[in-house]
Amino acid sequence: MERKNQLSIKSIVAIGIGAALFFVLGRFVAIPSPVPNTTINIQYAILAVFAVIYGPFVGCLAGFIGHTLVDLSWGSPWWSWIIASAVFGLIIGFSKRMIDKREGKIGKREILLFNVFQVVGHAIAWGLVAPTLDILIYNEPLSKLYAQGAFAGISNAISTGIVGTLILVGYANTRTNARNLQKED
Amino acid sequence: MTTTLSFIEKDSLIHKMTGTTKLLFFLLWSIAAMVTYDTRVLLFLFVTGCVLFKVSKIGWSDIKVAVWFMAVLIAINMIGIYVFAPEQGVEIYGTRTVLVHIAGRYSITVEQLFYMFNFMMKYFAVIPVALLFILATNPSEFASSLSKIGVSYKVGYAVSIALRYIPDIQRDYHEISQAQQARGIDMSKKDSLMTRLKNSAAILFPLVLSSIERIETISNAMELRGFGKKSKRTWIIEKPFMKRDVFGILTAFLILAISITMLVVDGGRYWNPFI
Repeated sequence: MERKNQLSIKSIVAIGIGAALFFVLGRFVAIPSPVPNTTINIQYAILAVFAVIYGPFVGCLAGFIGHTLVDLSWGSPWWSWIIASAVFGLIIGFSKRMIDKREGKIGKREILLFNVFQVVGHAIAWGLVAPTLDILIYNEPLSKLYAQGAFAGISNAISTGIVGTLILVGYANTRTNARNLQKED
Repeated sequence: MTTTLSFIEKDSLIHKMTGTTKLLFFLLWSIAAMVTYDTRVLLFLFVTGCVLFKVSKIGWSDIKVAVWFMAVLIAINMIGIYVFAPEQGVEIYGTRTVLVHIAGRYSITVEQLFYMFNFMMKYFAVIPVALLFILATNPSEFASSLSKIGVSYKVGYAVSIALRYIPDIQRDYHEISQAQQARGIDMSKKDSLMTRLKNSAAILFPLVLSSIERIETISNAMELRGFGKKSKRTWIIEKPFMKRDVFGILTAFLILAISITMLVVDGGRYWNPFI
């Protein structure tokens, strides 16, 4: 087939549905956290799972489109944080090759890999990308940005670590009995 | 749950423009506001944005909630800036004019107030145009607009799919979470944080599975219809390009040019009235 380097149809649809999920969870679902007035972002767990299933490209674009839609629905986009979401989706997506979900064999190694990738992804996204862009665009004070980034990064990493891992393991278990189902790359 | 901003049909010049014009206008405008920190340019952008908003005939009541929400966010950000770096403005503008000394390292300086005012204006400069883009662009036109400005139509299609399936997924989420709540799975403050997170996985897991199934169905349907065979495609909603669109896009480029010119004029991003 000539359609080798292009986007496969499944990736396009996965980007769309992934972005829609990101939007619904990011916009309407709020889990109260112990810190007043802050909620836990659960959408990154889903973004991570989608990125692991469909790859870095899907993760990156689903994060970008989803986050843009969330921001637009509030009124104005915060580009620095949107790009950070896209970067997170991209990084966690690179673990796709190392984690094989199809055979339903998610063991300790896979869980560890998933969590290493997601922690690194969150660290780069919120500790590096978002603050750097905020400095470039708004020239905000460094100390504030790093405090903000640290809070966002750590809380996102915790929610992704718990919720994302649970979903991933659950997903892999559903695949065991369905070896005849094939996933297109 | 607050209402989400979405398209409002009105008969105005801005509504008549193509989605491509509005998208391009919005993007160039945001870049212009991101580049500069010049108070005069930001004020100009804000005022012009408000005039454009007036032209669109969209009422204040449609945006009231959104504007208040953003004002609160910006206020929190500004408080954060002051708490963490009360001397940021002094560093940027190079002079120090103390108005009131509060305590320790906290004092109110004219420079800090000016910096924070500019920070606020940077948001306010974009908000009218961003709201216009959201409220005056038909979402069905969005995908064709993206492909017109050079984004691959497949990505445009992904955006369309996202917009199309948001209500469906929202309904799914609602049903699943109510079913799980009936089984005693709770996400509110009554449970500990750990339990809340675990419980949310119990709701999200069926949602992920149903979404994956949805992806299979949609992609099979698209494959059957030969999606992506050609390098171009047609769109259901596509307005013809008119003089007003050319005018709109030229204006946006002009504004970006002004913003960049001021960088050279000021010899940096800041306009410094203190020297």
